[in-house]
Amino acid sequence: MALQIYVYILHKDGVVDDTALEMVAAAGKLDPAASLTAVVFGSKTDAVCNSLTASFKEVWKIDNDAFSYPNSEVIRGILARIIPKGSMVLVAHDHFGMDLAPGLSIKLDGTYLPDTVGFDGIEGGKLKAVRQEYGGQVSTHVLCDISGGAVITIRAGAFRAAEASDAGGAVVDKTADALAGGLPGGARRFIEIVEAEVGDVDITKSEILVSVGRGIGEQENIEIIKELAKAVGGDVSCSRPIVDAKWLEKSRQVGTSGLTVKPKVYMALGISGSFQHLGGIKGSPFIVAVNKNPKAPIFQVAEIGVIEDLLEFVPMLTEKINEMK
Amino acid sequence: MEILVCVKRVPDTAENEISVNSSGSDIERGDLVYSVNEWDNYAVEEAIQIRDKAGGSVTVVSVGDADSEEVLRREMAMGADKGVLLSDSAFEGSDGKGLASILKAEIEKGKYDLILTGTQADDGAGQIGGMLAAMLNLPYASLVNRIEVLDGKKIKLGREIAGGNQEISEMDLPCVLSIQTGINEPRYVGIRGIRKVASVEIPVHGASDLGVNPGSVGKAAAGVSRVDYYVPALGKGAELLEGSIEEKVEKLIELLKSKGGIK
Ligand SMILES: Cc1cc2nc3c(=O)[nH]c(=O)nc-3n(C[C@H](O)[C@H](O)[C@H](O)COP(=O)(O)OP(=O)(O)OC[C@H]3O[C@@H](n4cnc5c(N)ncnc54)[C@H](O)[C@@H]3O)c2cc1C
Ligand SMILES: Nc1ncnc2c1ncn2[C@@H]1O[C@H](COP(=O)(O)O)[C@@H](O)[C@H]1O
Repeated sequence: MALQIYVYILHKDGVVDDTALEMVAAAGKLDPAASLTAVVFGSKTDAVCNSLTASFKEVWKIDNDAFSYPNSEVIRGILARIIPKGSMVLVAHDHFGMDLAPGLSIKLDGTYLPDTVGFDGIEGGKLKAVRQEYGGQVSTHVLCDISGGAVITIRAGAFRAAEASDAGGAVVDKTADALAGGLPGGARRFIEIVEAEVGDVDITKSEILVSVGRGIGEQENIEIIKELAKAVGGDVSCSRPIVDAKWLEKSRQVGTSGLTVKPKVYMALGISGSFQHLGGIKGSPFIVAVNKNPKAPIFQVAEIGVIEDLLEFVPMLTEKINEMK
Repeated sequence: MEILVCVKRVPDTAENEISVNSSGSDIERGDLVYSVNEWDNYAVEEAIQIRDKAGGSVTVVSVGDADSEEVLRREMAMGADKGVLLSDSAFEGSDGKGLASILKAEIEKGKYDLILTGTQADDGAGQIGGMLAAMLNLPYASLVNRIEVLDGKKIKLGREIAGGNQEISEMDLPCVLSIQTGINEPRYVGIRGIRKVASVEIPVHGASDLGVNPGSVGKAAAGVSRVDYYVPALGKGAELLEGSIEEKVEKLIELLKSKGGIK
C-alpha cells in the first residue's frame, strides 16, 4: 500500500522554503507511489498554499493570526490532533524542526528518525535510512520501524529538490479542525525576535575569507590567522566553537546559525566541515582546507586539501606570501 | 530551584580520528578518548549558575555503563550536588525513545522545576529533550542560549534561530530545555576538583529500581537500530597537495594566485 506522507512546509514572507521541494524528493525516494500532503501553518497563507498544489495532492491550510509566528508548542499540539496516527511526517531538520519533531513523534506514537540524509528502501515494514554521526566523520545505515508511523527530519541540501510537477492538488482548509478545542501549548509564549548584532566587517561581502576553527587550539594563536588574512587581503571568519569561546565576534561566524557567505576563495583552517558550518558557504567558492586529520569531512567538499598542522603551515604560508610582495 | 541535567559520555571528536572497525559493526573504540558531551557541559554550567542565584540543587544523571560514572563525577567536580547513574543490561541498545523513557522514570522519582539536556550528542540526533518533554507532558524549548529566572513559576528564555538571531519567549515551570553551546563559559575542572568528589557515592538505578519494564527498553524494543557504519564518499574529494611542507606552501600560493585568493 502506498504511504501517506505529510510534509511540514516552512515559508517566509509568502515564499516557500527550498526544503519543501527537497522533502518532495525525499518522499519520492521513500515511496514513489506515496500520497503527499503539504501542511501549511501561518497567517494569510493563500499564495503559499496555491503555489504548493503543483507538487502536492493535498495542501492543508491552517490559517490564523495565532500562527503568524510559528510556536512549535502550539503547532505540535495541533498536529497531534489532526494527523492520523500511523502516518509518516517529514520535517526539515532546522531550528524549528528540532523544536517540533522529537516530541511530535511521541504524541503520534511513531518512531523518530532525526537528521536523515538518505533513504535506501523499505523491507518488511522497516525503512533503511542513512544518517551521519561524529560530526560527519562516519555514516551509518539505520533501520526504522515505520509500521506505526514515523516522524522524520530531513537535512537541508541532502536531497536534490524535485522539479515542480503537475500534481494538480487541492487546498483544503483545516483551520476549524485545527482549532477545535482551543489553542494548545499556552505554557510557552513568544515575545520577540532579537536580531543579530552587526559587526565591524561584513563577511557576507568578502571575496577572500580566511576562516579559523577549533583546530587553532588557543586564543593567542588567532594572531597567525589575522596575519594570513592581511597577507592575502582577505577577512577573518570562523566556525562556531571560536565564537562560543568568545575568541571572535558572532558576526564572524559562518554557518546555519551564523552568516551565509559567498566568497571567491574560502580557506578553512582547522575546521572539520560539519554540515551546519558548510550550510553557510554558498556560491561554490574555491575551498582550501588545512587540517591534520585526513578523515575530516571538509576534504570532501574542498577543492584543495593540505594535511598539515596549521600552527606550522599557516605562518610559513604567510611568510612566503609576504616575501613575494 | 530543583534542576536535573542529563549528561552523556561520548568519544571526544576534537581529540579523535573516528574510524570504522573491520566488520563495519561499530566505530573503532580501542584508542578513543572519552569525555562529557560538549553540549551537556554548557547545560550543567547553566544549572549551577541558576542554583547559585536562586538556590536549590543540581542533579546530574546519565544512562550508560559503569564508565559513565566518570562523567557524572566530572560534572559534580564542576559543582553539581548529586549524581545518579542509570545502568542495567536491559538498557543496552535502547533507541532515543528507550533512553527518554528510562530518564523519565528517574525524573518522576523526584520533583524538578527545570530539566536540562544538551542540544545533541555524538550521533547528532537532538532528540532526547523533546521526547522527554512530550512524555512528561511538560513545555519544551530547544537550542536555548539564554535563561532568566523570573520567579518560582516562570522563566524568560532565548532560542537560537537562523542567522544568529534570537527568539525570546516566556515559559512556565516546570519545563524541559535543551541547551545550545555558547550560552555560558563552562568552568574549568582541575585534578583537585575531581579528587574532591572522588569518594562521593553515586547511586546506580536499574530497571527494577526505576519501575521500568525491561521489555519496553533496550535493543528488542528499539524502533530505530543501526545496521552498519561506513565512511561516506561524498563529492569528488579534495586534491591533496603532496611533498614537503615547503613544497605545499609553494603549490598553494600558485593556486591561490590563479583563483584570486591573493590580492
Ligand atoms: C543547531 C546547531 C547549529 C550550529 N550552527 C553552526 C554554525 O553556524 N557554524 C558552525 O561552524 N558550526 C555550527 N554548529 C556546530 C557544528 O555542529 C560543529 O560543532 C562545528 O562546526 C565544529 O567546528 P570546528 O570544525 O571548528 O571544530 P571541530 O569539529 O572540533 O574540528 C576541528 C578540526 O581541526 C582539526 N585540527 C585540530 N588541530 C589541528 C591543527 N593543529 N592543525 C590542523 N588541523 C587541526 C581537527 O582535525 C578537526 O577536524 C551548529 C551546531 C548545531 C547543533
Ligand atoms: N545516555 C544518555 N544519558 C543521559 N542523557 C542523555 C543520554 N543520551 C542523550 N542524553 C541527553 O540528550 C541530549 C541530546 O542527545 P541526543 O538526543 O542523543 O542527540 C544530550 O545532550 C544529553 O543531555
